[in-house]
Amino acid sequence: MAEAFIYDHLRTPRGRGKKTGALHEVKPVDLVVGLLDEAQKRNPTLDTDRVDDIVLGVVSPIGDQGMDIARTASLLSGLPETVAGVQVNRFCASGLEAVNQAAARVRSGFEDLIIAGGVESMSRVPLGSDGGAWAMDPATNLATDFVPQGIGADLIATLEGFSRTDVDALAAESHARADKAWSNGYFENSVVPVYDKNGVLVLSKDELIRPGTSVESLAGLKPSFEQQGRDGGFDEVALAKYHWIEKINHVHHAGNSSGIVDGAAIVVIGNEQVGKDYGLRPRARIISTAVIGSEPTIMLTGPAPAARKALAKVGLEAKDIDLWEINEAFAAVALRFMKDMGISQDVTNVNGGAMAMGHPLGATGAIILGTLVDELERQGKRRGLATLCVGAGMGIATIVELV
Amino acid sequence: MTDTAVKYDIDGDGIVTLTLDDPGQSANTMNEAYATAMAEAVERLYADADRVKGVVITSAKSTFFAGGDLKRMMPLRKEHAAEVFAEVEGIKATLRKLELFPKPVVAAINGAALGGGLEIALAANHRIAAEGRYEIGLPEVTLGLLPGGGGVTRTVRMFGIVTALTEILGQGTRFKPEAAQAKGLVDELVAADQLVVRAKAWVTENADVEGAGLQPWDKPGYKIPGGTPSSPSLAAFLPALGPILRKQIKQADMRAPKAILSAAVEGAQVDFETATRIESRYFVSLVTGQQAKNMIQAFFFDLGSINSGALRPAGVEKYRPTKAVVLGAGMMGAGIAYVLARAGVEVVLKDVSIEAAERGKSYTAGLNEKGVSRGKISQEKADEILGRITATASAEDAAGADLVVEAVFEDVALKQKVFNEITPFLAEGALLCSNTSTLPITDLAKGLDGTDAAARFIGLHFFSPVDKMPLVEIIKGAETSDETLAKAYDVVLAIKKTPMIAHDSRGFYTSRVIGTVIEEGLRMVAEGVHPYSIERAATQAGYPVGPLQLADELNLELMVKIAKTTREALGSEELTTTERVAGKLIAAGRSGKLKGAGFYDYVDGKRTSIWEGLAELFPVAEEQPAIADLRDRQTFIEAIETAKTFEEGVVTSAAHANIGSVFGIGFPPATGGAAQFITGYDAADGSFGIEAFLKRADELAAAYGERFAPTPYLREMAAKGESFPA
Repeated sequence: MAEAFIYDHLRTPRGRGKKTGALHEVKPVDLVVGLLDEAQKRNPTLDTDRVDDIVLGVVSPIGDQGMDIARTASLLSGLPETVAGVQVNRFCASGLEAVNQAAARVRSGFEDLIIAGGVESMSRVPLGSDGGAWAMDPATNLATDFVPQGIGADLIATLEGFSRTDVDALAAESHARADKAWSNGYFENSVVPVYDKNGVLVLSKDELIRPGTSVESLAGLKPSFEQQGRDGGFDEVALAKYHWIEKINHVHHAGNSSGIVDGAAIVVIGNEQVGKDYGLRPRARIISTAVIGSEPTIMLTGPAPAARKALAKVGLEAKDIDLWEINEAFAAVALRFMKDMGISQDVTNVNGGAMAMGHPLGATGAIILGTLVDELERQGKRRGLATLCVGAGMGIATIVELV
Repeated sequence: MTDTAVKYDIDGDGIVTLTLDDPGQSANTMNEAYATAMAEAVERLYADADRVKGVVITSAKSTFFAGGDLKRMMPLRKEHAAEVFAEVEGIKATLRKLELFPKPVVAAINGAALGGGLEIALAANHRIAAEGRYEIGLPEVTLGLLPGGGGVTRTVRMFGIVTALTEILGQGTRFKPEAAQAKGLVDELVAADQLVVRAKAWVTENADVEGAGLQPWDKPGYKIPGGTPSSPSLAAFLPALGPILRKQIKQADMRAPKAILSAAVEGAQVDFETATRIESRYFVSLVTGQQAKNMIQAFFFDLGSINSGALRPAGVEKYRPTKAVVLGAGMMGAGIAYVLARAGVEVVLKDVSIEAAERGKSYTAGLNEKGVSRGKISQEKADEILGRITATASAEDAAGADLVVEAVFEDVALKQKVFNEITPFLAEGALLCSNTSTLPITDLAKGLDGTDAAARFIGLHFFSPVDKMPLVEIIKGAETSDETLAKAYDVVLAIKKTPMIAHDSRGFYTSRVIGTVIEEGLRMVAEGVHPYSIERAATQAGYPVGPLQLADELNLELMVKIAKTTREALGSEELTTTERVAGKLIAAGRSGKLKGAGFYDYVDGKRTSIWEGLAELFPVAEEQPAIADLRDRQTFIEAIETAKTFEEGVVTSAAHANIGSVFGIGFPPATGGAAQFITGYDAADGSFGIEAFLKRADELAAAYGERFAPTPYLREMAAKGESFPA
């Protein structure tokens, strides 16, 4: 079987996902094009005719992100017209899903070289703006026990007994780690600044990080999902299923949930031959991937079963993994994942996560996988696992091994 | 054309009057006769289009139109879906054709227009209603149905999704004509004798008005008020519509409100023709299902039979009390005095002291005040009601009373004593009623003075709070005469309550049956089931509250007392579950809500959380049963007990058991009541009927104990294909 190597990975800095954010003025397709251009610059020997496809994750694929943005970006970037493009959506896992699909296609031998990743301009195409029967159609909503994901996150905290201090402490740590990683230049190799059409810099660094964030400074933030849970009837929907608990402890707020941001990321995935042909150095191999469905109302408990599934497929155990990336969709998701897998915070999200830097929905999976590869290299470690919780109750995991 | 259900007349001005007048029935319904006649009438309209100026729809009956033909709906099953759909679509196509007739069409509503009746009127361009005391509305949801004659589609287009759902469709609200006008369901109100005159005048006024013959939704540029699901303002709120509904119905499996919500939202996304077809499909799913049948049985047929007095002994002249004595001015007595006074009866409210009696009377004053402030009654009417109540401590004030309702503490000797105090002053042959929830009527009757006292004595079991609870359980003692039963029945109807008849035995019907579900709840506690799971299982099953909350409200000491008395009467030594579990709580100083401490904690009398110490008395078990089992244990234990009350002759009518169980003790209304729950059992796997019930009962018996095992009486009934007596 062919190998699926990661040859390169790039991302934009993440801009605050509102109209005051630096990237609000930048169209999502331009975020992608900037990365495609940079990838060609960095790998000048690569013959772009060899690129089979561009696979991009987008969670709200309408408006600026509609009409198959991957193909649009391919055309706009001036890649050969033979380079196809497809947009995929597995909610928050879309970016990693794109990578996994690309890896599978390369490993199968069907294709040789695929650029995978994702983009989300949450300031321009807000979360949920694509509608969808799951939430919007009463018959479907009723039958599937729909609740917004924040309710699920608070439910996890309630069931696991995570206190407000527990979740806030993790958020503060995420900011501290992200700040340190930036200060030490750990992201320098992968973050590609965004420039305007005149070459003037728009943004070079993640906008959301607040150094010095502490449990105390977060304590004043109001729970984000309490009112929604009560007035929208969602708490009761969740409690109909989790009937033994009295009520949901709403611990999550803007500071311990993933930040709403704009951003994009790509990963260049190819087989051995591509590397040989163009003198590219493979940095890591993708050795296992998994997706799994989990209980949809609590929604966010999929990462551990997905990770176990990916590990089992290649006969590995948690102890065989050196570093972990669990998307910080909500603090409780990361806390629960570490608890479920019996792993330490010392080896998990070591450079911070989405609570500090933000979660550009369609791109995040590709971003954290890239962060994992960089950090394995920096620490001289061997294997890493990246995972995300996914809307409607799913989990995804990808295991990489340095070459 | 004389035998048609829709008469067609055209006058000299070119105004066609369509008169709804089913030749075969006293009320118009959406039967075949209507469907055919209406279709013909509309065809003729189009044929006459050149000389027709407009159309008036009215009725020759005392009501406008009664709605769907419920009798014909009862046998409909899944396999009939295609033909029912075709029939519904046919009826609606006619109405749509009438609606699209380009001349002004006006509905002249002369009397009750519920369900299908209002739906016909909604297809008109204008609605004029006669003044009067009748009802207009779309109450289908209360029968487990949805307005499938265009009611959902048209109200959504008239009022918008949210208003249509919350104010018209969701609760099945019935409006008086003035309220219907205020709501916008009706455009004009006129005196009854002016109805058709005014309707014709409206046609004349509008005959040449551009667009008067078009519905707003058939005009270009029409937008649904409040937006469609794709409008951002509504879209933001849309994901919560289902969950909010679920919260309102406490997560119970009630299919009609969910179908109405779905049809309303789905219909708002498409054109009228598609919307109305979607509405038909949801209607068919409900009407061919078991839940609607159960609800129609209970809330149409059973309630109708009770209100028409099917079990009231015949040959007794209708009785109307003139002066009543209410003995005991506590919470129950005060409430009973209020409902009697409200019904126009002079009431003497007697207690041991004038202060206590006055306190009881002030309950009515309080309710009046609330009613006046909310605009429910006029000050004048309120004063009248209060003026009918005389608070007293002296027996002489009972002089000439022909009705006594005793509501003192549950003690045989005390009850007999208060009766006997006033007996000398009562009118001859006065009706003697005792409000007791458990004391045997036959025993109480034995100590009463007066000629034929035992024959004139009967139990009237009111529920608390009396002014709100719709049921009164009538308990016929061994000596109670038929005349007394008939008169008691009349009293209950006169105070606008619903009677159910039980025969004297321990706990009668309601107390006996509700006792079983509370005990089952306590048994779950003893088994280590999560207390919140017990409570949520109850509301998910369709009960208004869970057994632990009920126990707290009933009072644990009282429960233990009743359980002990019952056990001793049965000669059993082994403590009952109620005694064991409630006993432990009482020992911990937690006897219920009154004490501010029971299964729940209370702060300032308000229930807060389950008491944390409960887990120490009854540790939570490692393994928890499925919540479906917790739900079924509650409904089945009551249903099995109900079957026993039939077997023992305590109740003799399914209608009375159904209505009594739902109205009195909160048995899940979607099941149609505790008897219908058995004969119309709606199993999770789609099977239905008594065999399905027995199968599930046997499963529960195998898993949780013999108390769930159906008795041979029930098995025989099933084997013979019989039902409980109607």
